[in-house]
Amino acid sequence: MSLQNEPINRRQERTKKYCRFTKYGVKYIDYKDPEFLLKFLNEQGKILPRRITGNSQKFQKKIARSVKRARQLALLPYVADGLK
Amino acid sequence: MAIKHYEVVFIVTPVLSDSETTETIAKFEGLLKGADADVYHSEDMGLRKLAYPIDKKSTGHYHLFEFKADPSIIAKFEIELKRDENILRFLTVSLDKHGVDFNARRRNGEWAKKSETEEKSA
Repeated sequence: MSLQNEPINRRQERTKKYCRFTKYGVKYIDYKDPEFLLKFLNEQGKILPRRITGNSQKFQKKIARSVKRARQLALLPYVADGLK
Repeated sequence: MAIKHYEVVFIVTPVLSDSETTETIAKFEGLLKGADADVYHSEDMGLRKLAYPIDKKSTGHYHLFEFKADPSIIAKFEIELKRDENILRFLTVSLDKHGVDFNARRRNGEWAKKSETEEKSA
């Protein structure tokens, strides 16, 4: 699984980036589900940019908010070393 | 003011015995009910490992309440949570219509359906 929707091999045809939430009609992002939120973090526990995840702005904001809530509740770390 | 949907998650310190933990939880449920809040869901999320230590504790009992209440009681309720030494952390969130819908579906165990969509999108 890779969050990077574009191929590493640039000569290949690029697949179009899409927002998974808009596409599958997910409306609410639960902050109590750290395993799901982990998909949007890098190894240090930082939130991945929209550029990489392909999320729409609406859902990127919701992701960021959920991650921050999860951090407050110690479901996700603020700083980590080799989170994945 | 209009009644809103809320959800509160709090972490009870792991040093308490089982009965003391239940007592603490019951105390806060009582507080909410005493303030005319409609607690329609109470869930024990169990003893979990914390992502980082809080007060030198590495685990904690998570508990979740979903309730409908007047916004004016939230501040008072949060003060009570703050005052209680057995509470490591808490977070109160007001839910929009999607959140209410999501929680209802989660209670009815629609998880399998959701994780399928997630896998497809992954």
